[in-house]
Amino acid sequence: MLDRLSFPQPWLSLILFTIWQFLSEGVSGASVVMGLILAWLIPQITQGFWPERPAFMKAWRMPVYLIVVLWDIVIASFSVAKLILSPRKPNPFFVCYPLQLDHPLAISILASTISLTPGTVSADISDDNKTLLIHALDADDDQQVIDAIHKRYEKPLMEMFQ
Amino acid sequence: MSQLAEYVISALLVLGGAFTLIGAIGLARLPDFFTRLHGPTKATTLGVGAIMLSSVIYFSSTGQGLGISEILITVFLLMTAPVSANMLAKAAMHIGVKSMENTQGNPWDQ
Repeated sequence: MLDRLSFPQPWLSLILFTIWQFLSEGVSGASVVMGLILAWLIPQITQGFWPERPAFMKAWRMPVYLIVVLWDIVIASFSVAKLILSPRKPNPFFVCYPLQLDHPLAISILASTISLTPGTVSADISDDNKTLLIHALDADDDQQVIDAIHKRYEKPLMEMFQ
Repeated sequence: MSQLAEYVISALLVLGGAFTLIGAIGLARLPDFFTRLHGPTKATTLGVGAIMLSSVIYFSSTGQGLGISEILITVFLLMTAPVSANMLAKAAMHIGVKSMENTQGNPWDQ
C-alpha cells in the first residue's frame, strides 16, 4: 500500500514541507528531517481521499478571488453580528443551489466560501454532485441567494477551472 | 514599539474580543440548531483573525521577526471552520434535528 519513497502529490508534499519549516522555530537539521517525513507520510495516508486533479486551473486568478472572499468575510461578520444583537427574529431559508461547476475541488472551494460569507452555510451536496443545499440565516427569497452566489463566487471559479 | 502600533494592536484586540463574544452570544440566543451554526462560523472567525493580526503586528514591531506562524494559524482556521460547519449541518440533517417554524424551503431527505 505505501510505496516506499514515492511522492504521489509533489505539490502537496512541497507545501507541507514549507509549512513545517515556517511552523518550527527556524530551519535546522531536525526540522528538515521532520518536514521530509511529514511530506512523505501525509500524502501517502490521505491519497485515497484526493479526487483526480483538475485538468487545467488558472491559478493566477486565485489571489483576486481570495481578496474578494476575505473582504466578504469581514462584511459577513458585521451583518451576522448585527442580526445576533438585534431583537428581531431571523428569517431562515433552505436553498437548493443548482451547481454549474463539476470539478470536485472547485465544488468544495465554493462550499467553503459559501460557509464563510454573508449569512449562508452550505449544509449538504446531492449524491449526483449537482445540487448544493444551503442554509441561509436571513433571506427574503431563494432566487436572490442563488443569484448572489452565482455572480460573486461561482462565475470566477468557473473561469478558474476550465 | 511605536505609539501607533500600540493603538492599532489594542483596537484589533478589542475588535477581536467583541466579535468572539458576539459569536458566543449568537450561539446562546439564536432559536434553532441551523441558525446557531452561523455565529461560530463567521463572527468568531473574524474575531480570532483580528486577534492573530494584532499578534503579528506586535511581534513584527518589537523586532522578533514576522509572525508567519500566526498567519498560518489564521489560514488553517479559515480552511477548517467551513468544513466543521458542514459536518455539523450534515449530521443534524441525518438525525433529523427540527428547524424553527418560520424556516422556508425544505432540507431534502437522504
